[in-house]
Amino acid sequence: MKKVELVHLAHARSGDKGDTANVGVIAYDPVHYDLLREQVTSERVKEHFGEMVKGRVERFELPNLGALNFLLHESLGGGGTLSLMNDAQGKVFSTGILRMTLDVPDEIAASVEGKGRVPKGWTVEQYGG
Amino acid sequence: MAERDVVRVASGQGFWGDDLDAPVRQVEGGPIDYLMLDYLAEVTMSIMQKQRARDPEAGFARDFVPLMERIFPTCVEKGIRVVTNAGGVNPDGCADALVEAGRRAGVAHKARVGLVTGDDLMDRLDALLADGHELANMETGEPLSSVRDRVQSANAYIGATPIVKALQGGADVVVTGRSTDTALTYGPVIHEFGWSPDDHDRIAAGVVAGHINECGAQCTGGNCLVDWWTIPDMASVGFPIVEVSPDGSLVVTKHAGSGGRVTRASVAEQILYEMGDPTTYITPDVIADFTTIQLDDLGNDRVRVHGVKGGPATDFLKVSIAYSDGWKATGTLTYAWPDAAAKAQAADRILRERMDRLGLMFDEIRTELVGWDSTHGPLAGPPPADLPEVQLRVGVRGRDRASVDRFTREIAPLVLTGPPSVTGFAGGRPRVQEIMAYWPALIRKDAVQPHLQVEVRDV
Repeated sequence: MKKVELVHLAHARSGDKGDTANVGVIAYDPVHYDLLREQVTSERVKEHFGEMVKGRVERFELPNLGALNFLLHESLGGGGTLSLMNDAQGKVFSTGILRMTLDVPDEIAASVEGKGRVPKGWTVEQYGG
Repeated sequence: MAERDVVRVASGQGFWGDDLDAPVRQVEGGPIDYLMLDYLAEVTMSIMQKQRARDPEAGFARDFVPLMERIFPTCVEKGIRVVTNAGGVNPDGCADALVEAGRRAGVAHKARVGLVTGDDLMDRLDALLADGHELANMETGEPLSSVRDRVQSANAYIGATPIVKALQGGADVVVTGRSTDTALTYGPVIHEFGWSPDDHDRIAAGVVAGHINECGAQCTGGNCLVDWWTIPDMASVGFPIVEVSPDGSLVVTKHAGSGGRVTRASVAEQILYEMGDPTTYITPDVIADFTTIQLDDLGNDRVRVHGVKGGPATDFLKVSIAYSDGWKATGTLTYAWPDAAAKAQAADRILRERMDRLGLMFDEIRTELVGWDSTHGPLAGPPPADLPEVQLRVGVRGRDRASVDRFTREIAPLVLTGPPSVTGFAGGRPRVQEIMAYWPALIRKDAVQPHLQVEVRDV
C-alpha cells in the first residue's frame, strides 16, 4: 500500500447553493470508483476540511458516472453576497478535496503517478495549440 | 410542421457577464435550431431589482438587447429561435427594448417576440402571506415575516409551460423572468416533439440537457480539470449544443472548428456542478434522477447521453427571495519578501486593534492571505518561510453602515503606519456594498400558475 493524493485518482468540480458547497468527485478510471467509495467517506471529508465546514457533510453515490457528490453544509461564510470569503461560491473546494490522501495498492499507485498535474517540463508556450 | 429527427439547442450565455461573442459564434458557426441564453443566478434578481428602483426602464439583462440587434437578422434568416430569461425583474421592459432593437436591425414584421410574465411575486407578497403562504426559509425554517420589511425581490422559478405556449404562438424570441435555467433548453424540445406532461423520462432527459447547457462552456472545456493544459484553442472556445432526439436521448457537442473539448469527463464535471441529491433533481415539470444518466463518449467532441429516468413533479415551485441584510466591504494590501506572511498577519492585528478602539461594530471580520490560504484555508498548511509575496485581504460585514464606512478608511493608513514592504493600494479606498441575502422558499403551484401570462408581439 502507498499513500496517494486523491488528485492523481480523480477530478472534481464544486459549486454553491446558499451556504452549502457541493463537491463532485469523479474517478479518472471507473475501475477506481470502489476505492473512492470505500475511503472518501463523509466522515473523512468532514475531518479533512476541518474548520472550513461548520455543518454536516452528506454524500451521494453516482456509480453511473464513477462519481461521488458531497454537500458541505455551512461552509461558505453565509453564502451568496453575505460571504466575505475570496471563494464565496465554493468554486475551489473542488481541488481542496483532492488534497486528501488514500491508501492505494502499489501497482495502482504506480499507474497513476503524475496524473492530474501539469507534466514536468511543460511551459505555457505549449498551451492553446 | 413535420417532426424533426433532432432538435439542436445551443447555449449562448451561462450567466450575466459571460462571453459576449459566444451567441454570435453559435448562430454563425453551424446549424442550430434554438439559442438559449441564461442570464440569471441566485443573486442576479436582487441586483436587477435595485437597478429598477433607480430606473423604472431597467431591471433586465441589458447586454441582451445589443446582442439581439447583432444576431436578429441571422436568426430570422436561418430560422433560429431564441429563448432567454434575460427579462429578469422587468421582462416587459426587456421585450419593449427587444422590439426596438429588432426594428433597428431591420427585422420589422419579420419576427415575433414572446413575453412571459407572472413569476414576480413582489407586488402580491403581502396578499400571499395573508393567505397563509408562509414562504418559510427552506434551509432554516424561519417564516418570511421575520425579514418581510427588508425583502427586495421575490420570484417563483417557473418551468417550460409558458415557454412552450409562446413558441406555439409563433414567437421567434421568448423573453421570460425567473424561468429555471434548464427550462430554457427543454421548453423548446417539448414544443418540437409534443411530449406530454406525464412523459416523465423524456422530460427528465430534457432537464439533463438543460443542466449540461446552462453554464455555457463549463461542459466544453472551460473550468475543466482533466488535462486542462492540453485543451485546444480556449480563446475561441465552442459553447455547447445539445442535439435531442424524439426518444429523449441526446448528444452534447459544439461547432466543428471551435476551441475547447467535449468528452465524457467534461460533461460529467458539469453534470455534478451545483448538484444536491442526484436522485431527486426537482424542477417545476419533473423530478429527474441523475443517477440514471448514461454517458457514451463517441469521440470527435460528441458525448451521447441516454437512459435518463424521471418522476412526477411536486405541487410546489421554488421561490427566490432576496432581502437586504446590511453592508460589507473588502480591503487589500500586498506585502513583499522577506517574511511576507508575518508582515501581513501583523498588519491585520494592528487593523483589528484600531477598529476595536474606534468601537466599530461588525457581525464578522474575516482575514485571508491571498497567495497562501484564501482558497484552501488550513489545508494549505503553514506559510512557506520564503513566500515571495502575499496579499492581505480583510473583509467586514454588519448592519451598521457607519462602521463599514470607517473600515474603508482604515486600510490605506497601514501603508505608512504598519509593517514594512507594503504596496498595492493603487485601487483606492474599498467600496461599500449592500448585502443581498438569499431566502429560498416554496410556494404552492396553484398560487402562481394562474397568474402566468404569455403574450406574443410583432416586431
